Amino acid sequence: MLRVEALTKDFGGLRAVDRCSFEVRQGAIHGLIGPNGSGKSTVFNLVTGFLAPTAGCTYFKEQEITGLPPFAIATLGIARTFQMVRVFRRMTTMENLLMAPEGQAGERLLLGIVRTPAVRRQEREHIRRAYDLLAVVGLGHIANEYCGNLSYAEQKMVELLRALMTDPELILLDEPTSGINPTLVNQILDYIRRLRDERGKTFLVIEHDMRVIMNLCDRITVLNYGEKIAEGTPVEVARDRAVIDAYLGG
Amino acid sequence: MFSELSLLVHLAVIISIYAILAVSLNLVIGVTGLFTLGQAAFFGIGAYASALLAKAGVPWFVSMLAGIVLAGVVAFIIGIPTLRLVGDYLAVVTLGLAEITRAVFKNWIPVTRGPMGLPGIPHAVFFGFKFDTGPKYLALGLVCLAIVYLIAQRILYSPFGRVLKGVREDETAVQALGKNAYRFKMIVFVVGCGMSGLAGSLFAHYITYIDPTSFVMWLSFFIILIIMLGGLGNNRGAIAATVVFVVFREGLRFVKLPEWLNPAALQQLIFGVLLILTTLFMPRGLIPESKIVYDREQ
Repeated sequence: MLRVEALTKDFGGLRAVDRCSFEVRQGAIHGLIGPNGSGKSTVFNLVTGFLAPTAGCTYFKEQEITGLPPFAIATLGIARTFQMVRVFRRMTTMENLLMAPEGQAGERLLLGIVRTPAVRRQEREHIRRAYDLLAVVGLGHIANEYCGNLSYAEQKMVELLRALMTDPELILLDEPTSGINPTLVNQILDYIRRLRDERGKTFLVIEHDMRVIMNLCDRITVLNYGEKIAEGTPVEVARDRAVIDAYLGG
Repeated sequence: MFSELSLLVHLAVIISIYAILAVSLNLVIGVTGLFTLGQAAFFGIGAYASALLAKAGVPWFVSMLAGIVLAGVVAFIIGIPTLRLVGDYLAVVTLGLAEITRAVFKNWIPVTRGPMGLPGIPHAVFFGFKFDTGPKYLALGLVCLAIVYLIAQRILYSPFGRVLKGVREDETAVQALGKNAYRFKMIVFVVGCGMSGLAGSLFAHYITYIDPTSFVMWLSFFIILIIMLGGLGNNRGAIAATVVFVVFREGLRFVKLPEWLNPAALQQLIFGVLLILTTLFMPRGLIPESKIVYDREQ
């Protein structure tokens, strides 16, 4: 579904990502791990178009997406969350969620002003979908709360639901469980698995917590200094000499 | 000489014109978070374009539309390089634009007559009805304000307006949701500046005389102060603050001040202090943006 080939990114003299290649298969929960500064978030930004690669290519469903602007890549069906949570703080949870769906008639100025029946129908449908999503994760009570007033965990959840509202095929999660208490972490992991199993979503996940990664992912790519040093199932990766050295500095 | 009643009417006309400016700027600054410092430029472009055409014999309504369109076109051109960027570029460029337009009004003497200004601008005439007295013009101003207010409110509560607020809050996240933020910024900037052009046209055909001093930078700051105090993102707040400020500013003329105190300087001093106090203690203004509540079934 997603294939990156020899992706390279230089920041001045620093090579943040170095000829990195990997493939995320449809229906996978694919982990992207590595020590701090190994280039994981940079890979995310390259794939989603927020950074332009120095060299290399990205393909989504066999279509080249290298160099497209972020909004165009998102429209193709790739959603993402951010390491530092990015919710619209002075907007409510509902506003956050309702902004996400694509092709909203009311986002055309004149249709939005006139508020045609089609605009209202679409809006009602999105409202229903947003409430359903909130109900699934038990957050119905924050629907009309400003996101700036929510807890960090709630904000992260809103960000994840907002990504889902775009109805993406591939979702890139940048540390979905960091800063969240262990009970809630399990809920989030269950939710991600269900989205994969029941709705056929594909995930690429950056995560620092090894327990999370080992128990969530079915395939893992390991980066170190921007280079891919290992790839395989969690068990294979955990046994890999290069990975152990990178993490323990052996 | 003004009688007391006609003075009130005059104040109300000025308020309606400034309120249009405030609402238009509120869409750009308050809702979308695009900081522009040169709204006087679009006000002036609307005024001069409309006045020159009307003086050349073009019907009022067409002249006014031309003023709106020209202000919008200039906004579009300014927007092409600046709205692609995130940051304060727009503020700097619009500040420069306001100075450039003022210089053009002042120095393009064959057309604008420079500092001598344009006298004898025709009154607004619509289907034979002449808006030549204060009360009649007030009706025109209020109708225009009502239309602008209605459009601005509809935008604010539409999915389009939702994206505008998103741009203000976090443009990166808007892009990640597949929205072309540039397109939204451009549309609202052109619409807002077109509305400011309308205010300029209304001003020209009301006063019937304009010169470059009507479009100085101070005007831009005055309108920004109004929306900051009234409430960024709240159109009712913007209109309420316009009433307060225009009444206060005009009222200051009737206060007997000591010789050594320059009224214009005093006014600017008071407004400056108010701006600082608002920013410190009420960053969202007197009437902050209202929350839009979505019920499950609506």
